[in-house]
Amino acid sequence: MNITLRVWRQKGPDDKGRMVTYQVPDVSPDMSFLEMLDVLNEKLQLEGEEPVAFDHDCREGICGACGVVIDGEAHGPETTTTCQLHMRSFKDGDTITVEPWRAKAFPVIKDLVVDRGAFDRIIQAGGYISAPTGTAPDAHAMPVPKADADRAFDAATCIGCGACVAACPNASGMLFTAAKVTHLGMLPQGQPERQARVIKMVNQHDEEDFGGCTNIGECAAVCPKGIPLDTISQLNRDLLGALASGRTE
Amino acid sequence: MIDLYTEGDPIRDEKAPDGPIAERWDKRRFGAKLVNPANRRKLSVIIVGTGLAGASAAATLGEAGYRVTSFCYQDSPRRAHSIAAQGGINAAKNYRNDGDSIYRLFYDTVKGGDFRSRESNVYRLSQVSVEIIDQCVAQGVPFAREYGGLLDNRSFGGVQVSRTFYARGQTGQQLLIGAYQALERQVAAGTVEMNTRHEMLELIVVDGRARGIIARDMVTGEIETHFADAVVLATGGYGNVFYLSTNAMGCNVTASWRAHRKGALFANPCFTQIHPTCIPVSGDYQSKLTLMSESLRNDGRIWVPKRTGDDRDPRQIPEDERDYYLERIYPSFGNLVPRDIASRAAKNVCDEGRGVGPGGLGVYLDFADAIKRMGRPAVEAKYGNLFDMYQRITGENPYEVPMRIYPAVHYTMGGLWVDYDLQSTIPGLFVTGEANFSDHGANRLGASALMQGLADGYFVLPNTINDYLAAGPFEALDENTPAAKEAAESVRARIDKLLSIKGDRTVDSFHKELGHIMWDYCGMERNEEGLRKAIERIRELRDEFWRNVRVLGTNEELNQALEKAGRVADFLELAELMCVDALHRRESCGGHFRSESQTEDGEALRHDDEFAYVAAWEYTDAGQPPVLHKEALEYEYVEMKQRSYK
Ligand SMILES: Cc1cc2nc3c(=O)[nH]c(=O)nc-3n(C[C@H](O)[C@H](O)[C@H](O)COP(=O)(O)OP(=O)(O)OC[C@H]3O[C@@H](n4cnc5c(N)ncnc54)[C@H](O)[C@@H]3O)c2cc1C
Ligand code: SF4
Ligand code: FES
Repeated sequence: MNITLRVWRQKGPDDKGRMVTYQVPDVSPDMSFLEMLDVLNEKLQLEGEEPVAFDHDCREGICGACGVVIDGEAHGPETTTTCQLHMRSFKDGDTITVEPWRAKAFPVIKDLVVDRGAFDRIIQAGGYISAPTGTAPDAHAMPVPKADADRAFDAATCIGCGACVAACPNASGMLFTAAKVTHLGMLPQGQPERQARVIKMVNQHDEEDFGGCTNIGECAAVCPKGIPLDTISQLNRDLLGALASGRTE
Repeated sequence: MIDLYTEGDPIRDEKAPDGPIAERWDKRRFGAKLVNPANRRKLSVIIVGTGLAGASAAATLGEAGYRVTSFCYQDSPRRAHSIAAQGGINAAKNYRNDGDSIYRLFYDTVKGGDFRSRESNVYRLSQVSVEIIDQCVAQGVPFAREYGGLLDNRSFGGVQVSRTFYARGQTGQQLLIGAYQALERQVAAGTVEMNTRHEMLELIVVDGRARGIIARDMVTGEIETHFADAVVLATGGYGNVFYLSTNAMGCNVTASWRAHRKGALFANPCFTQIHPTCIPVSGDYQSKLTLMSESLRNDGRIWVPKRTGDDRDPRQIPEDERDYYLERIYPSFGNLVPRDIASRAAKNVCDEGRGVGPGGLGVYLDFADAIKRMGRPAVEAKYGNLFDMYQRITGENPYEVPMRIYPAVHYTMGGLWVDYDLQSTIPGLFVTGEANFSDHGANRLGASALMQGLADGYFVLPNTINDYLAAGPFEALDENTPAAKEAAESVRARIDKLLSIKGDRTVDSFHKELGHIMWDYCGMERNEEGLRKAIERIRELRDEFWRNVRVLGTNEELNQALEKAGRVADFLELAELMCVDALHRRESCGGHFRSESQTEDGEALRHDDEFAYVAAWEYTDAGQPPVLHKEALEYEYVEMKQRSYK
């Protein structure tokens, strides 16, 4: 296949950035999207042009490093990560537009690479269970109903890619935050800190320049891990409960 | 072989306690000096790496009150490659009441490692395994559970007990997220300072002690000097020396290799694990290989056509024209033989010209019988996510057409030499997780790397590093300390050199060529002639790299080609040492198969009289041959036997 790419090039955080068009000939349908970018980068370097920078690491859809907006959709036309998208989802002669995540909370560093440090800071605010090493009781001391364990697991599969933020018209990080609140809140071990956790995480979310959630649902539609929208309802219930009980932190 | 290496004095693990094996870890903990909690604030530790081994150590040492500075090359500590582990984590809980015990896990691991690991270390690993599961559950790791609410277990990697804990096909992810959250809790508490998008490029050694690192800020290019009282490397494995592997794209040997050049011995570099069930290569643009969980071998049957060059649709090939070669050669273990054996058998049938798929480098993993026996819904429930992943990558539907699989490089048992305290031969430099060589001998059992990473980070290092730190804090240093200045200068000079060559070939083209050399001559089967050829070709390639590599752009920006160039430069040095190690070990053991050393029916043949030792290599100046130090291995508890899976 022959593909025309329109790629966002931006030299650094302060550069204005622009779209640049490249031709990528001889693309195999079995290539992953990132392998197609590798081919482009090899070609660019041999022509003396700097390669396009993009984040990636595992290339198996689990580390959450990759992620670009392809033809206006976060991670492209399939519901998967960019690294697991294959060129067989496109046709010979297609023109494909590639841009970085666009959100105030995720400033562009270079080309397609953005800074998602805000997600780590939301976790720092309360996305954990305080269990210092060595203090744990036997793993079977506290059984967990299978249904709760499964729901916790489903929420815990979030890979922190940020597609939810990129897809949201408000650039809200609520699905990411809700996934963690749900994961820890479904487990008995997570109960002691449940109220404090949701308040602290939501406060941090708001401080990070993410937009508010208005229940549009674009986030869940692009989420490569299928984090369900109802985690946000759970977050809202937990938050109301915590505030109603008079907690501020 | 005198031209390729010289032999130095033997080496011993001075920290290993003696006495009954079950009491050794207690004995060492009791013997280790402690640091008063009030003094811990004054002691600083650098931890490079935030995978299971690094994140768990950073969280635990932070909780204990030390001042920790952590580094990773990704944009978040949560993305370390531990995240990709699928199958599970072993622990001797004996929740199944199926005869498991600490002793049995110890026994299986020593035997699985083909008698090239230390009994004391492996026993400790088995002891600590029990506490890991407790710790992870307390943190909220959502392991698979049964309807009664208790934890589920499965059997994994050909062992006869069910001791593997798992979280669907995402065990590594869930364990790492647990450790990551504990780490971020300490970041919030101010005990851990986290540096993401930072790459360690040099170790600082002052007066014989590891005292810091030089790291490059990968966004600004700034070359930073960081000091501490001790340095921990938890930087993962070096499988990417083969270019194609199941490792993440950024996995590298740089941190370990830089430490090696500064005096840390590198042990058993040639011990590489090749995993039998990966998705085959589809073209030369391929950038990495994807593992399909080993659990597939529980129900899938592996076969190739009996006739060479049979390119019929597999569904058209009748039963009696198929060769279920593992079931044929290993009737008692069948499709569940250990990884190294399954991998080599696949290579053999492909070498005979009976491989399937593009290039003839693949074998079938067929679920038709399983679907008939269990029904499609049951197969879907058990393996659905793996089948989906296969279909996404290959475009083929494994419910209809048998999967194609082929072995791929997966794990490196070799790594920096450490003693029982996990300290390298440089005082103050500790090494944990896949980066060290310690517990798996010549072959690692499934679900044991996650166990080792967390054992090292949560429980071992936090009980041994105190013995070293008790003598600190050490002398305060600044950037003008000659050793630090020299280290920073050498990093700058190397970067300048890489940027100034302006040659004709990209970094990737060198890396790919190196990968081919390693796969062909230092892969699943090795022999003297091939290894000698490989060494010659690696030297030529390294020489060309430093004359002809093209790295565009500058240091003072995010420059991914520059990052990669530094890593490939180090792989080009490591590769030679791997071949020398493989050449000197004229026996077959575990993942290391020398074609000159096999039984009449083609099985690996160990030579315990000559090679029951750890090969620990010392770096000498560039161009000088490395020096071999042997650490003798003794087996008091497990009798040394040739493995047999027939
Ligand atoms: C696909 C796959 C599946 C697996 N499945 C299993 C399984 O089911 N069970 C099992 O037990 N094992 C499994 N393994 C093996 C296991 O996952 C790894 O051995 C283990 O996770 C390694 O952990 P680690 O902490 O040592 O290193 P890693 O998790 O690789 O972490 C390395 C860290 O070091 C950092 N780093 C590296 N170099 C530098 C540098 N120069 N400067 C700064 N930072 C650096 C990285 O940023 C990263 O944070 C699997 C491995 C793979 C590849
Ligand atoms: S919720 Fe989904 S889209 Fe958002 S970060 Fe997590 S995995 Fe990515
Ligand atoms: S590169 Fe890891 S999820 Fe895509």
